[in-house]
Amino acid sequence: MVTGWIELLLQGVLLGGLYALFGVGLSLVFGVMRLVNIAHGDLIVLMAYVGLLLTDKLGLGPFTALLVLIPLSCAFGFALQAALFERILNAGPLAPLLVAFGLAVVIQNSLLVGFGADSQKLTAGGIEVASLSLGSGIDVGVLPLLTFAIAVITIGALQLLVYRSSFGRLLRAVSDDRQAADLLGVNTRTIYRIAMAISMGVTAIAAIMMAMRANFAPSSGPTQLIFAFEAVVIGGLGNLWGTLAGGIILGVAQIAGAQIDAAWQVLFGHLAFLGLLAVRPNGLLQRMAPE
Amino acid sequence: MTGPQGTPLLSIEGLSLWYGAVQALWHIDLRIDEGECVAVIGANGAGKSSLVNAIAGVGRPRSGRIRLAGLDIESLQPSRVSALGIAIVPERRRLFPSLSIEENILVGAQVGRPGPWTLKKIYDLFPELVPIRSLGGHLVSGGQQQMAAIARALMANPRLLLCDEISLGLAPIIVARFYSMFPALRASGISILVVEQETRRALGACDRFYCLLDGKVSLSGRPLEVTEDAVNQSYFGIG
Repeated sequence: MVTGWIELLLQGVLLGGLYALFGVGLSLVFGVMRLVNIAHGDLIVLMAYVGLLLTDKLGLGPFTALLVLIPLSCAFGFALQAALFERILNAGPLAPLLVAFGLAVVIQNSLLVGFGADSQKLTAGGIEVASLSLGSGIDVGVLPLLTFAIAVITIGALQLLVYRSSFGRLLRAVSDDRQAADLLGVNTRTIYRIAMAISMGVTAIAAIMMAMRANFAPSSGPTQLIFAFEAVVIGGLGNLWGTLAGGIILGVAQIAGAQIDAAWQVLFGHLAFLGLLAVRPNGLLQRMAPE
Repeated sequence: MTGPQGTPLLSIEGLSLWYGAVQALWHIDLRIDEGECVAVIGANGAGKSSLVNAIAGVGRPRSGRIRLAGLDIESLQPSRVSALGIAIVPERRRLFPSLSIEENILVGAQVGRPGPWTLKKIYDLFPELVPIRSLGGHLVSGGQQQMAAIARALMANPRLLLCDEISLGLAPIIVARFYSMFPALRASGISILVVEQETRRALGACDRFYCLLDGKVSLSGRPLEVTEDAVNQSYFGIG
């Protein structure tokens, strides 16, 4: 009985790793350019389909496909910023929201035309059903464990980039005060393009991990977006480790809900989100700043 | 003193600038020679900030020319203008609050211009920044913030340092210290444009001045050659 509960808790925690991967890309773009990218979930699904093409058509394994997909996705993000979001940068708060919404609609419908409404899954050659025994009768899935480890490594790397590198310094400066950064000669447009590219790189990772774990369809985007949002907001905006904590809370709540009834899984996540928001409106952790 | 071919370091000719239907600057002519310190004085709303923004490349001029050492810069991006050697100490400092003091200073270096300024030289100039280097930009005093803002501009190794209202809200003793650094900076080859509401000190430190009133140059010359009455009249537009 106890081992059963521990196993469920672990499942929830590991699921949180996936939600954190969903969230950090969203969080980065919001943090740097105050862009609420409501197409984020659809971009995850889009990259999952590109991953599907790479594995099905080119016969790559899922992790080889990921190595190809990351640079592709980064380039796509860079181009997306340069061709689309950059044009409405100074057009007030509503325009970027509408453009992102439009992008979401375009992605969903293009996927529907290209791939049909059927749900798909990335086959990973057995890793998705493999499990690991931790002793005392506790088993965990290899894929969730791997996803969690990748989430921790990704967030750690982003943390180093943002808080320890000279590029991260400019990223934070632009995030604080874009006009002042402009005045000082920081090329803010390039910073934004690179930020979107990094966000899309993380999105590629999230996409492959999601596509191996669960079925996805052209209409799956908005659900992923909500999970990403909840992970970011629970953890506290502008705090990357907070997003991991938020993802874990969301994951644990969902697994707990699923025990009562499978239909309650998503609802329990939302309830945990609302409950935490009522207690801590600014999220669990504070925005990182110098001491 | 002029440049090699008698080219001024900065020359502005017939600069006019609009914000929508409102004209902020009217046919401004302004010149800064190599090694000079020039003041632009004027009351609130006289057009000083518009002029600074136009030189920096944010706020596009609608007509007129801005040249740096003979090179047209009025249509360049701010990052290009900085790379060519114009560094700004912005009005109200504009330190980045989530960066430490040292990180703020290092942002200036991203311009990538070669030159003499290093963190070590900055800390020799402003030793009081050393103990607070890892504090957040918003946690230190106004004077310390201003030091960091000046340090940030110097790290860009500028040819022209544009100081926008560096005395705003600061104790006279700190302001005096900033102005007392000017001769050494000029000796190192940096020309200075001081934009100030507070005229007395700016006029005392600079070779020439321009007074702005309602977006137009109302008076210009050498501080010793004009009377206080003439300055007051062209500053306030009365008398």
